[in-house]
Parts: sequence; C-alpha cells; structure tokens
Amino acid sequence: MKFLSIIAGFLISSKLYASEIEILQNNLNTVWTCVAAFMVFFMQAGFALVEMGLTRSKNAINIIMKNLMDFSVGSLLFFTIGYGLMFGETNGFFGTSNFILSGTMGESWDYTFIIFQTVFAATAATIVSGAMAERTVFTSYLLYSIVISGLIYPISGSWAWGSLANGSGWLENLSSGPFIDFAGSTVVHSLGGWLALTGAIMIGPRKGKYGPKGIVRAIPGHNIPMAAIGVFILWFAWFGFNAGSTTTGDLSIGRIAFITNISAVSGSIAAMLCSWVKYRKPDVTMSLNGALAGLVGITAGCANVSALGAIIIGLIAGVLVFSSVILIDTKLKIDDPVGAISVHGICGAWGTLAVGLFGAEKSLGIGNVNTGLFYGGGINQLISQLIGVISFAAWGIITGFILFTIIKKTVGLRVSTDEEYIGLDIEEHGMEAYHESK
Amino acid sequence: MKMIVAIVQPNKLNKIKKLLYSNGINRFVISDVYGHSDEDAYIETYRGVEMEVDLQKKTRIQIAVNDDYVDKAVGAILEGGKTGKIGDGKIFVYPIERCYRISTGEEGSSAIGRPKEV
Repeated sequence: MKFLSIIAGFLISSKLYASEIEILQNNLNTVWTCVAAFMVFFMQAGFALVEMGLTRSKNAINIIMKNLMDFSVGSLLFFTIGYGLMFGETNGFFGTSNFILSGTMGESWDYTFIIFQTVFAATAATIVSGAMAERTVFTSYLLYSIVISGLIYPISGSWAWGSLANGSGWLENLSSGPFIDFAGSTVVHSLGGWLALTGAIMIGPRKGKYGPKGIVRAIPGHNIPMAAIGVFILWFAWFGFNAGSTTTGDLSIGRIAFITNISAVSGSIAAMLCSWVKYRKPDVTMSLNGALAGLVGITAGCANVSALGAIIIGLIAGVLVFSSVILIDTKLKIDDPVGAISVHGICGAWGTLAVGLFGAEKSLGIGNVNTGLFYGGGINQLISQLIGVISFAAWGIITGFILFTIIKKTVGLRVSTDEEYIGLDIEEHGMEAYHESK
Repeated sequence: MKMIVAIVQPNKLNKIKKLLYSNGINRFVISDVYGHSDEDAYIETYRGVEMEVDLQKKTRIQIAVNDDYVDKAVGAILEGGKTGKIGDGKIFVYPIERCYRISTGEEGSSAIGRPKEV
C-alpha cells in the first residue's frame, strides 16, 4: 500500500514537473523571440545609416524621417489590418480574420508573435526607400509605406507564412512540395527589391546621374564610414532576423546563426575580389553590399542548408551583387543609390532558388529527406522555389506599378528640379542635417 | 603690414607650423580648400563608375605680419612646404591697408601682433 502511494506520488510529481518544463520552454520561446524582434527592429537604424551614408548630405534629414515614419505608420497598419491579412484564417490568397488582434487578445504569445512580425513588415517597406532616395516627395513616401506594410507585404506574406498562425497559404500547399523561405529572402527582401525596382524605374534617375551621349556619372555618398556602420548594424540584426525566425528557444538557434554568418562573410569576400580584379582596388561600398548580399541570400535557406551550401550561396550572392549593381547602374540606367534592387531583389531571388539546390535537411539530421537537387532531393523543391520567386516578383512589380501610378497621378512622386538641387532637407523638412557656423 | 596667403600640401602643414613658431610667428588662420593646378587629375571609382578628380585637397594659410616678419614667414613656408614636385603650392604677399584688434580696438602694427608677454 505504501509502495503504491509512493508510485502515485512520483507520477503526480513527474506530471507537475512536465508541465513546469513546458512553462519554462514557453517562457524561453517568448524571451528569445522578443530579443530577436528587438534586434530586427535595429535594422531600421542600419538601413537609415546605409542610405544616408551612400547619398548626399542635403538629403540626410529626409532619410531619417522616412526611416522613422515608415516604421511608425507601418507598425500601426500591420497591427490593424496587416496581421489579419497575413496570419488570419485564409482563403489561400489572404487572411480574413484576426484584424486588430481580434479573437486572440489576451494570449501572450500573440503579442510576442505580432511584435516579431511587425519588425519584419517594416523591413520590407524600408528597402524601397533606398532605391528611390534623394528625389521622392515625402507625402508620397508615407502613402506607399502605408500600402506596402498594410496591404502588399501581408497579402503575399500569407501565401508563404500564413500557417505560422491561423492561415494556410497556397505556396505552402504546392503539389511539388511546400515553398521554403525560412526567414524571408523572398517574402521580405525580394518583394522589397521588386517594389524598389518598379519605383526606381517609375521615378527616374536623379538629376545629373546620366548625361548626354550615354555618360554615366557617379554621385558619391557623403559619408562612407556611416554606411559601413550601417552594414555592421544590419549584420548584427540579421542574427535576430534568421535565428529568431525559429520563434523557439532551442538548439537550432546556434546552427542558424553560424550558417547566416558564414554566408555573409563569403558574400563580402566575393564582392571584394570582384572589385579588386575589375578596378585594381578593393572597393568598400561593393564589399559592404557583398556582405548584405550574402545575408539576404542565406535568409531563405539558413535552417535547411549545410555550411558548404551556405558558403557557395554567399559567394554567388557576392558575385551577383557586384555584377548586377554595375549592370543596373551603367547599362540599364536605373538609378538605385544604395543597390537595393541588387542586394534585396536579385540576391533574395537567388537565395530562395538556392534552397532547391542545397536543401540538406536529412544530412543535417533535421528532416527525413534532403530537398536540394545537389543532395539527391530531385527537382521538385526547385520547382516550388521557382514558383514562389516568380509569383512574388510578379506581385511586387504589378502592385508596385499600380501603387506608384496612382501616387504619380495624384500627389506626385517626384520633387521639382529646383527642390532636388537644393535638397529635400530644406525644401521638405525646413532644416539641414549639418549646421555649420550659424 | 603684409598679408601672406599660402596654398600648400595638407601633409606639410605640421612642418610649416613648427617653423613659423620657431620664427616667432604665432598668429595665423588655416582652412581646407580645393584647387586645380598643373597637377595631374586622378581617377576614383565609386560603385563601378569611374570619376575624374580634378580638384586637389590643399591647405590655405593666411598670416598677417609686420614688415620685418615677412621674410621669416615666407622662408618658413618655402622650407617646410617643399617636396620639389608639381603641386607644392604658392605663396602670395600683398599689402594690408588697415588692421584692427577687436578685443582692444588697437589699430595698425600693434594690432597685427607683438611678441608673447613673458
């Protein structure tokens, strides 16, 4: 009898023990996801510094205002409608519930999840800012930030990520296998890149960028050290972006952070070597873009590829960013002051496709099969990745075209020539970034 | 009273300053300037686009001196600023019509400068 009571007592205590473990794990998940969200928030600082450093001092205030306000209006918009469109119960193409967090209020995990997803939504909007820098009307910028974080980003986001909450997007149910974009090479970066491409084409180049007889002029940024610090901040934040996308405090965090880093360094090395060979000197802004290219490239596959895969993804991203910046700037004559189209659009697309080549889930011990073509997974995953990349590109370019056309026809997209020469800081905001002896 | 304006290589400023001090010249104004001269332009590359830099960074020294200090000042700049190559710069000397010291209202030679009080 005594023996039985000991057994019963043991069973009860171990049951209690199990539920305490569960509480502890939930707390750990919340802490890690929040820390990662705070790191991703810091990307706003990184983007602001990169964009300011690579442009002229007469537009620095305007860039600060853009980065501050796209986050501010974006956060409110994502809370009110974006979250529901992206993570609500879905028809496959967009969510239709959970607007203003309705139906889920009171569940503490929802707050954690929405702050994490809010900083991602803001990142997508910010990418566009760099490509259209130094010539966009501030009001127009606010308008398109609202539409991107409130509508464009969450709708396409639901296709790939809806099932993280209450949805189930069409890209997650492809017959060739679910589309894999772990932390958003396509969902966040490529989409931002395609919107940036559309915007940069529609607004036209900065005055003086392209002269008669096909002359291409450099418009040097006013503070390269500032841009460099921005890249380091983005790099730091990226550990939250990728490793945080587990939204789980478990052992995979370390592997994902490692894979992320090794791709980033490969990207910066590849871009530096390209510039060294072509221009005889290792170019700083190209090397910085190379690091970002490696980071964007590994974002889709950071949980699915091996170290060797990550190095190859980063190296190719570094070469791609170098060649596409030059192609876009000097041949296509699309003026993108910070290289956002190359870094986010092109390297995002590359990184997403690369999952179909290098997916090594079985080899890593995290899945039953390898999905990558080079790891014996066949071509199915690559097809799914291609469908995802193309559908996001089409979505970004078409919605971007409609959005920028409406803005162009109503409030106007571009500042006057006089204002562009004087600078947006004085004309749009009534002050300068650098007051000298006054 | 003479005004000496010299355009020199920025990396020669420290040597010139020391020579000016050792000749008892302690008052001057320095500014960063850009200039075009017989010096060759050079090519910089920014994000894959080459650009010709035809304005070189120079340092401008302005010194107002009484007549007996002109040769000392010019000598210091000639000695300290010389590399022997194109681009070392130039020195101009011209008369000063009037001079005032704002803090005291002094006028003329004594406003230009006097030896440091011991």
